[in-house]
Amino acid sequence: MTVSETHGAIDAVWRIESAKVIAGLARITGDVGLAEDLAQDALLAALEQWPESGVPANPGAWLMQTAKHRAIDRLRRDKMAERKHEHVARELESQQERAVLDLDTALDDHVGDDLLSLIFTACHPVLSTEARVALTLRLLGGLTTDEIARAFLVSEATVAQRIVRAKRTLSDAKVPFEVPRGADLDARLSSVLDVLYLIFNEGYSATAGDDWVRPGLCEEALRLGRVLAGLAPDEADVHGLVALMEIQASRLRARVGPTGEPILLLDQDRGRWDHLLIRRGLAALERAEAAGRSGPYTLQAAIAACHARAGSADATDWGRIASLYAQLAALTPSPIVELNRAVAVAMAFGPAAGLTIVDGLRAEPALKNYHLLPAVRGDLLAKLGRRDEARVEFERAAKLTRNERERALMLERARQQASAAAH
Amino acid sequence: MRFMVIVKASKESEAGVLPDSKILAEMGKFNEELAKAGVMLAGEGLAPSSKGARIKFSGSKRTVTDGPFTETKELVAGFWLIQAKSKAEAIEWMKRAPFDGGTEIEVRQVAELEDFGDAATPEIREQERKVGERAARNAKSGKRQ
Repeated sequence: MTVSETHGAIDAVWRIESAKVIAGLARITGDVGLAEDLAQDALLAALEQWPESGVPANPGAWLMQTAKHRAIDRLRRDKMAERKHEHVARELESQQERAVLDLDTALDDHVGDDLLSLIFTACHPVLSTEARVALTLRLLGGLTTDEIARAFLVSEATVAQRIVRAKRTLSDAKVPFEVPRGADLDARLSSVLDVLYLIFNEGYSATAGDDWVRPGLCEEALRLGRVLAGLAPDEADVHGLVALMEIQASRLRARVGPTGEPILLLDQDRGRWDHLLIRRGLAALERAEAAGRSGPYTLQAAIAACHARAGSADATDWGRIASLYAQLAALTPSPIVELNRAVAVAMAFGPAAGLTIVDGLRAEPALKNYHLLPAVRGDLLAKLGRRDEARVEFERAAKLTRNERERALMLERARQQASAAAH
Repeated sequence: MRFMVIVKASKESEAGVLPDSKILAEMGKFNEELAKAGVMLAGEGLAPSSKGARIKFSGSKRTVTDGPFTETKELVAGFWLIQAKSKAEAIEWMKRAPFDGGTEIEVRQVAELEDFGDAATPEIREQERKVGERAARNAKSGKRQ
């Protein structure tokens, strides 16, 4: 193996093993920041030694063992060592004394809980949203700061800062390294799900680029979602989130036209949808629905599944979609969910029924500058033949949107209404 | 990125000899590890080539030959479809598969339609669409292709 091949192999090992190593070290040290530093030390040692010695047979165990040695060295050197440090050093030493062969088994016993604790810690509400995202990708995804920076179109220094600050915040707030239990669990879990979905959407909203990182964010969010579903199989909405991401990812290829223009769901070539991901998504949705009461992600996945199951746009079960939006609105009331429900109701029961709901939203302050409100209202008015009113709404939507393509589309629709009205 | 990992046939796989329970257990553990890490998308083992057939194309002529086929090393005995960030990562995962005895597996990147560039004419895309729709119908009725 050449040096660069070895480095490629080390990158791959790091990507596969780092989360487990960091999680194991965090359990022992109780400090995620220290755990990551130690794991990075071990990575440096691998980069020094493996090109000479070759990649060891069990590279994960090697990294863990090396990191533990470094931990002992570091804690010994630390003259300000607190009692906690002495305790940690003793625990590490006693572990060293046990047969190295047992290490793997010892790790395996804890690895699930450790990883889960690491996910909950990285997504802790004490951190800002940006920090949660960066820390999750770094600690769970094994991404470098450079990769995270490129994915989020910010500088590497910004991401590095974010991560340093996040680790300090966790340490200052004395956030325990653990899986939350009881009443705390629901809120903490929804923070984790929100972070994963945010990462997914960051990749999903990117329309072009052959760089791994942006489309790769979708894959990574999906992967982490699957990992989480394996770690917390009884949590219904985790499966719901996985289902939602699998089904949305199935449309990645179909949602951009040859010149990079976005193609709306109903206009997409369904043959280009990824049917393997759809199958996986529908299976995850079944697990979600079997595991308990449907949470917000499960309901959104169920809506996505209505589209995925329809062989053509005409075959869409809009009645079911409208009823799912009603359930979602009851669970997480939001004018945007209500607007979506209006669209589904219009498709299922005619434009007049949809318009009644939309008209109820016109006084909604949250939608005051939301371009899709006049866009949807214009569309329904046009279908009802109320062309002058429709034109005014399309013009208003054109004024509000920040997207050039959309502005052009809205102005075009306004012109169509004007010329149809003139005839 | 996606990779297809192709497991080559062996005398045993072609004879329809099932792996012993120890190997099955190890393979189960390996698959579980892949699934837990969120990288395994699909995977199947294939029946011996004696249960399969080959179709040879020449002009409008189709010549069908029933299995078994002799050149064992060229045959496929099973596959995985995995998601990985790089070829190196796919290789690192698959090095952990519990094979032995000279078994060979092949790691191949799955080409996206975009990779075919201009060769993918609108007609080809249309065909792809129809195939996809059919696959979707099969998926809906719970059948496997």
